[in-house]
Amino acid sequence: MTRTLYDKLLDAHKICDLPDGDILVYVDFHIMNEYTSPQAFSGLDSKGLSVRQPEAHLAVVDHVNSTRIDEAPDPVSKLLIDNLEANCAKHQIACYGIKDPRQGIEHVVVPEQGIAAPGMLIACGDSHTTTYGAYGALGFGIGTSEVEHVLATQTLRYQKLKNMRINVTGQLSAGITAKDLIMHVIRQVGAGAGNGYAVEFAGETIEQLDIAGRMTVCNMAVELGARAALIAADNETLLAMEGKAHSGRFSFGKEHWQTDVRAEFDSEVYVNSMDIEPLVSWGISPDQSVAIGDQLPVMEQMVTDKEKSDFTRAMEYMDLKPGQNIANVEIDMAFIGSCTNSRIDDLRAAAEILRGKKVADGVVATVIPGSNATKVQAELEGIDKVFIDAGFDWRPQSGCSMCLAMNDDIAENRERIASSTNRNFEGRQGRGARTHLMSPAMVAAAAVAGKIVDVRLFTQE
Amino acid sequence: MKKVTGLAAPLPQHNVDTDIIMPKRFLRTITREGLAEGVFADLRFNEDGTEKSEFVLNQPSWRGAIILVVGDNFGCGSSREHAVWGLRQSGVEGIIGTGFAGIFFDNARKNGLALAILAPDQRDQLMAKIGANPSTEVTVNILEKSIKVGSWEVAFEMDEVTRQALLKDRDDTVDTLKLLPEIQAYEASLPDCSRIQIIK
Repeated sequence: MTRTLYDKLLDAHKICDLPDGDILVYVDFHIMNEYTSPQAFSGLDSKGLSVRQPEAHLAVVDHVNSTRIDEAPDPVSKLLIDNLEANCAKHQIACYGIKDPRQGIEHVVVPEQGIAAPGMLIACGDSHTTTYGAYGALGFGIGTSEVEHVLATQTLRYQKLKNMRINVTGQLSAGITAKDLIMHVIRQVGAGAGNGYAVEFAGETIEQLDIAGRMTVCNMAVELGARAALIAADNETLLAMEGKAHSGRFSFGKEHWQTDVRAEFDSEVYVNSMDIEPLVSWGISPDQSVAIGDQLPVMEQMVTDKEKSDFTRAMEYMDLKPGQNIANVEIDMAFIGSCTNSRIDDLRAAAEILRGKKVADGVVATVIPGSNATKVQAELEGIDKVFIDAGFDWRPQSGCSMCLAMNDDIAENRERIASSTNRNFEGRQGRGARTHLMSPAMVAAAAVAGKIVDVRLFTQE
Repeated sequence: MKKVTGLAAPLPQHNVDTDIIMPKRFLRTITREGLAEGVFADLRFNEDGTEKSEFVLNQPSWRGAIILVVGDNFGCGSSREHAVWGLRQSGVEGIIGTGFAGIFFDNARKNGLALAILAPDQRDQLMAKIGANPSTEVTVNILEKSIKVGSWEVAFEMDEVTRQALLKDRDDTVDTLKLLPEIQAYEASLPDCSRIQIIK
C-alpha cells in the first residue's frame, strides 16, 4: 500500500481510533505564545489538571512585546507576558521570555534552536505552524481549547485531511524568491482552495529551494487554507539541522519522510515556475496579487455579483483603480519582518538591495529580525549597518510586531505599506492600513524608490 | 444543541478572516469573557465609536440575528479562538456557508457554534431569500441536517464528529484523559530518541 508523506506522518503518530470517527494523535512538540495560551492554562486550573509532559513544550513571547525595548510596553502587554511566564514556571515549561537571547518569533526560534526535525508532529496555537512542513514535519495551528487539550494529554483529537500535491517545475528566474513562488501559487489556486487538505509541495523548483525558502512556502500555505504543508526531507533538511542547540538531541525514525512513488493524491496541482515574476498583492486577500509589470484586474473580469462586490470593496479599501499599474504606487511605510520573511537569509537579500542607498524621503522603514539570535548574526555580518545607513529603523528586540500590529507598532493613519509579511487583510497592520505583500528584497527596493518598483531594476545596475 | 431557529443575516463577502471577526485590540486579554463588543468591531463602528448604519448587523431588520449566512472561506487567517468566543457571546449560534477555514471550523465545534455547509447555489438561494424578506425565520436542524425557511428546505453537509459534538456538549480534554492507558502504551512504544526535552 503506497502512502503520501502526510499519511506516513499521521500513521506514525496515531494512538487509536476514537468512537466518533476522529483519531487520537500524539503531539511530539508543542509551542505556545502569550496570547493564545492564557485561557488554556486557566482551563487546566479550573479542571484541576496538570501538564502531562512539560519538557515537550516551549513558550515564546512574541506577539504583544515591543521590539523597541526589552520591557513590556504597557500594562496589558505586561499582564500577558507575566501570565505566560508564571504559567510556565508553575508547570515547569521552558519559556523564552523577552530578556532571553533565544527569544524571537516562535516559528523563527524553533528551527533556529534545532527543534524541528523530519517525522515530528508539531502543534501550536498559531496558524503559521504550517512552517515546519519545510522540515518534513507535520505542523499545524490549533485553537486555545486544543492548546489546553495538548497540555493535559499530549494528544489531539484529529480529523484526517485529504491529500493535495502542488507540483512545481522549472527554474526560478534571477531575482525571484520563494515568496514570489508561494504568492504565485496562492494566486493561481485561490485562498480557500486548500481548505480540508494537507498540501505537499514537490517538484524540482521546491527541491532547489534552501530551507529558508521552503519555510516561506510552507508558512504561507495556510493562506491557501491548507491546514498542513509538507516538503519531503532531503539532504538540505539534514544540513539545516546541524550545529543548533538541540541538534542530535532527538530524531524521529529512520523512515524515509517522503511520499511513495505511486501514492495517490485527492488533488494535484501543476505550477510552472519559469515565468514567475516578482509579485505584489493589490487587494485584501492573499490571492489578490499581480506581477510587478502588470495591471490590476478590471471589473469586466469579475463574473458573479459577489465577485464584483468583493472587487469593489478591495479597490475602495486599498484606494486603487481597476486596471492601473501596480508599479509606481507610492508607499508610506516599508516593513521587513514576520515569521514568513525575517530570517537571516531574508535580511541578507534585503541588505543587498540597500547597500549604499537611502530610504526615500517620507518613507518610514522598519526591519525586525526574526529572533534575537538572528539579530546577533546579522550584526556579526554587518547587515545592521547596511539597514541603518540606508535609513531603516533596526530594532533591538524581536517579535511579530507590525505583521499583525498587536504591539506598539501599528499603522494608524491609513498608511500604504510595502510589507514582507503574510496577510493583507483589512485592518491587519492597523485600522485602514493598506498592505502590499511582497518579498523582502522588493520591500527594500520600494523603500528606496518610495514606491512599488521592480527589484530587478536594482540588481541590474 | 439540536437546532437553531431565528433571524439570519446575510454577510456575502468572501474570505472574511478572523482579523475582521475579532480585531487584534480585543485579543489583549487572559480570559475568554468580554469579547462580544469586539465582534466585527471595525465593520460595526466608526473610529469615533458611533455605529456604521450600513453594516448588516446594525440594520433594524437584522439586529440581533443569531444565524449568519456567509461568503466562501469564512474564518480564514489567524487561529484566534477569540473570534468564536466573541461570536457566541454576541448571540450567534449558527453560520451557514460553503466552506470554512480549518482552525476556525475546529474552534467552532469546541464551542457549540454550528457551522452548516451548503453548495454555492443553495447558499445563494438562501441569501436571496433572507435578503428579500429580512424577518424570515431560519432553522438549522442539527439532528436532521437540514435548513428550513418556510416551506423551502435543503440538506446541509456536516461531518458526523462535528454533529455529535454539537448534540452532546462534551469536554474533549476530560474525555481524552479516559484514554490514558492507550496514550501511555503509545509513549512506551516510542524509542528514547523520540523523546523531546526542550532546553530551558
